[in-house]
Amino acid sequence: MKKKILIVDDEPNIVMSLEYAFKKQNFEVYIARDGSEALEILKHQTANIVLLDIMMPNVDGYKTLRYIKNTVSLKDTKVVFLTAKNKASDIEKGLKLGADKYLTKPFSVKKLVSEILELLN
Amino acid sequence: MNSFTLITIIIIYLAVLFYIAFFAEKKRQSKWVNNPYVYTLSLAVYCSAWTYYGSVGIAATSGILFLPIYLGPVIAAPLWIIVLRKIIRISKQHKISSIADFISLRYGNNRFLGALVTVVCLFGTLPYISLQLKAVSETFEIMSDETSYVSTSIFDDSTFYVALLLAIFAAFFGTQNTDASEKHKGIVATVAFESVLKLVFFFIIGGYITFYLFDGTTDIYNKISKTENFKELTTLSGLEDGFNWFFMIALSFMSIFLLPRQFQVTVLENNREKHLKKAIWLFPLYLLLFNIFVIFIAWAGKLTFGTTKNAEYYSLLLPLENGNSFLATLVFLGGFSAVISMVVVSTLALSTMVSNNLIIPYGFLDKFIKNQPERNSKYIKNIRRISIFSIIIFAYFFYVSFSKELSLFSIGLISFVIIAQLAPSFFIGLFWNRGSSRAAIIGIIIGFFIASYSLVLPFILQAITGKADFTQYGLFGIEALRPNALFGIDFLSPPAHAFFWSLTFNLMSYLVFSLVSKGNYRERNYAEMFVDSRSFTSLQESAFVWKGEAYVSDIKNVLVRFLGDERATRALKIFFMKYKLPSDTQLGDARLINFSEKLLTGSIGSASAKILIASVVKEEQISLVEVLKILEESKENIVNNKVLLEKSNELSQLSSKLKDANKELISKDKQKDEFLDTVAHELKTPITGIRAATELLMDEEDDMPKEVKAQFLKNILQDSERLGRLIHNILDFEKLETGRLHLDLEYVDIQKTISKAIGSITQIATKKGVKIVVKNLHTFKVNYDEDRILQVLTNLISNSIKFCQQETGKIEIDYKLGNAVVEISVTDNGKGIPEEDHEFIFDKFYQSKHQNTRKPQGSGLGLAITKQIVDKHNGEIWAKKGVKNGATFVFTIPFK
Repeated sequence: MKKKILIVDDEPNIVMSLEYAFKKQNFEVYIARDGSEALEILKHQTANIVLLDIMMPNVDGYKTLRYIKNTVSLKDTKVVFLTAKNKASDIEKGLKLGADKYLTKPFSVKKLVSEILELLN
Repeated sequence: MNSFTLITIIIIYLAVLFYIAFFAEKKRQSKWVNNPYVYTLSLAVYCSAWTYYGSVGIAATSGILFLPIYLGPVIAAPLWIIVLRKIIRISKQHKISSIADFISLRYGNNRFLGALVTVVCLFGTLPYISLQLKAVSETFEIMSDETSYVSTSIFDDSTFYVALLLAIFAAFFGTQNTDASEKHKGIVATVAFESVLKLVFFFIIGGYITFYLFDGTTDIYNKISKTENFKELTTLSGLEDGFNWFFMIALSFMSIFLLPRQFQVTVLENNREKHLKKAIWLFPLYLLLFNIFVIFIAWAGKLTFGTTKNAEYYSLLLPLENGNSFLATLVFLGGFSAVISMVVVSTLALSTMVSNNLIIPYGFLDKFIKNQPERNSKYIKNIRRISIFSIIIFAYFFYVSFSKELSLFSIGLISFVIIAQLAPSFFIGLFWNRGSSRAAIIGIIIGFFIASYSLVLPFILQAITGKADFTQYGLFGIEALRPNALFGIDFLSPPAHAFFWSLTFNLMSYLVFSLVSKGNYRERNYAEMFVDSRSFTSLQESAFVWKGEAYVSDIKNVLVRFLGDERATRALKIFFMKYKLPSDTQLGDARLINFSEKLLTGSIGSASAKILIASVVKEEQISLVEVLKILEESKENIVNNKVLLEKSNELSQLSSKLKDANKELISKDKQKDEFLDTVAHELKTPITGIRAATELLMDEEDDMPKEVKAQFLKNILQDSERLGRLIHNILDFEKLETGRLHLDLEYVDIQKTISKAIGSITQIATKKGVKIVVKNLHTFKVNYDEDRILQVLTNLISNSIKFCQQETGKIEIDYKLGNAVVEISVTDNGKGIPEEDHEFIFDKFYQSKHQNTRKPQGSGLGLAITKQIVDKHNGEIWAKKGVKNGATFVFTIPFK
């Protein structure tokens, strides 16, 4: 079965690259431009992994993460923060809230893909 | 009227009073009991039966001589605000419970002086109380039908029972508390109630007589002016009468302060100092109202009865003569009210003095030391109750044996003259710190002796012997010693004469002996505290100088005897807390001594308190010089403290300023951090895009479709441009903020600049379907840097485009001339600016500050740069408030 990935980011250029990279890895890719769109998608879809930006309009990354952690059907969903916030305190906060990984922008797409594959195995 | 009916009325009336007193005690804190009106009305205890009946009598026999008794208080009232306030403050501070306490404390807690004042007050007040009983008795007789019946023993004299009832009332409500400095709300409330009654009833009878029995005031005047001796009754005859008036006014002036019952209501029962403000005009008004009808009742009585016998009871006799027994009953009740108030308050005041200044310090102190607190408190209460009964019974016997023959007026004046002997030590002591206790004692004794010789003795001798020899020929037949004409001064009325001589000698003795004999350290200490009471209020305990050895445990033992263990422990705890002393302090100092004496003063009087405390501590004598030095030092301390306080205030102000500055610095630092943070974030986003796309493009194994490749390249270009813009903005902003940007000013047509701005942005606008219109087409040249203003305009317009809806968007640009400025506005119909954001939108990266986790739209620097540019042109920029659809930005450029 195809692995499902949800990419949540409001930067179209970044999303485009990520979508291309994961599709090539045979992922089923879903895209949301902000937290509320992500929640809408997650109501109907269970994803194996969610790539979450933190600073987004409306529902932000933290809130989205909290929703995922509190939803039974999403208990196996892994969450990776992908953000420009790279202060130690930000990273700590993200991991404390239950994120499985915290990656900071700018990142290498190749490295990101291999780390996510590792996380899913 | 049947005397049983009358007795029933009296008993019902007394029951009402009991109820009022009971109610007031129960609602001690209520507004009904604690207000300036009740206070003022309670002062009207001054108007006793003497006023109610006696004034009419004197008006009928001696003309307007009744007036000075009320003029004195009226003149004194404005002074209250200075003198009485000081007295009230001192009394509250020292828990003083009577005038005897007050005077003895001023002179260093002198036990003998307290006792002497008490004796003077007893002599002055007992006849006065008996005068009230006389009024009850006589009015009762007039009211009841059985005029033929004359009581033969005290047991069938109704007055005796009335006196007993009053004693019960006073004892019940006067001794609820062991501490006599506590307020007697029940008694005060009934006095206020009775003050209303007596005034209203007197007014009614005055109106009835003047306007019903006669045809108004002119009618009475016309009729009376035709009678004999009329002129003498309405005018002052010569200098002698002038002196009489002067002395009478002086006499009543002093009485309003010194009469024990006045001291009780004005000073001891005063709840709030500010009540005085109302009393100083309301009380004189009350007195004035009370005197309006006096002269007319007197004249009406004279015209009706043709004689001045029984003139004091005209107000009763006139309605009775006309068969109006209802009105007569009202008048009787009014007079009865005046009697009750006077008797109850006077007895209460006297009993406190007798117990605290006579009985306890001269007989019971040793007993108290050994007793348990409950028993002590019971003892004290019993002593007071017994005193109350004794005083009233004494007064009754005085009435039976002496005052039956005397007029109300003359007894009243005797009282005043005797009480006036306290005046020099009382008044001068308040303002002169040299006045010493020995001088006070000698002055009072001499004055009292002279007053007794010249005023009391003649009365008594005449009552006993029935002859006037003493008055006519003087002691041993020496003419210069004639009691009513000492040393040949024979033109004054006996009271004025006695007053003049007694007070002259009293005053002289006081002054001379004060100057000759210095007081000991203790009295000088209290003198300083009284005289300088205002500045010493802040010092309180420390204004008292004391030296010696005092163990806290010993003092506590004494306190426990009177207050009980719980209250004594609590009081000491408060004391230790107040002075920040450790609770296990062993040795006490002056403050503790003073504090403990004060605590005891309310219960047993200041003199006894001093003796009790002195009995358990070892006191050292201090020289007067030392006392004065210490007092001077504490005064200096106050001044120094004030300076220190000011300095420390200044310092704390400075430090808070420093704190603010520091805060500002920190927040600036934080802002700088935030700025850098946001800049980093903003730079990272396009770089991430570029890096991701580049990586994918570089992957040689990837057979990326051509159009995807093209899209990625396009993305890279876009992101690079974005990066470039951002860097440009940041540099611009930095230049502007640090003031390194110089404007290239020239006169340019604003309309042209606007067109240029629109031109550069049309493409984007058309793409989104947003219409841009310029409303004004006039040309107008202003001095500005066109490139920068173009930047401002494009910024505002592109902002508007961003927030406008696709296709329906519309932007209006307008400009107009204001007061030395040109005002340019950009209005759109987009989503608008939230009200709460208005003050922040020009901050750099304002989104990052207020919507922390939300992504800023654009760089977040556009508006900040815009504002900097406008500022640089000395203009202003703002977003209009209250715009319903969309947003309006306005900026100005000044011109000369």
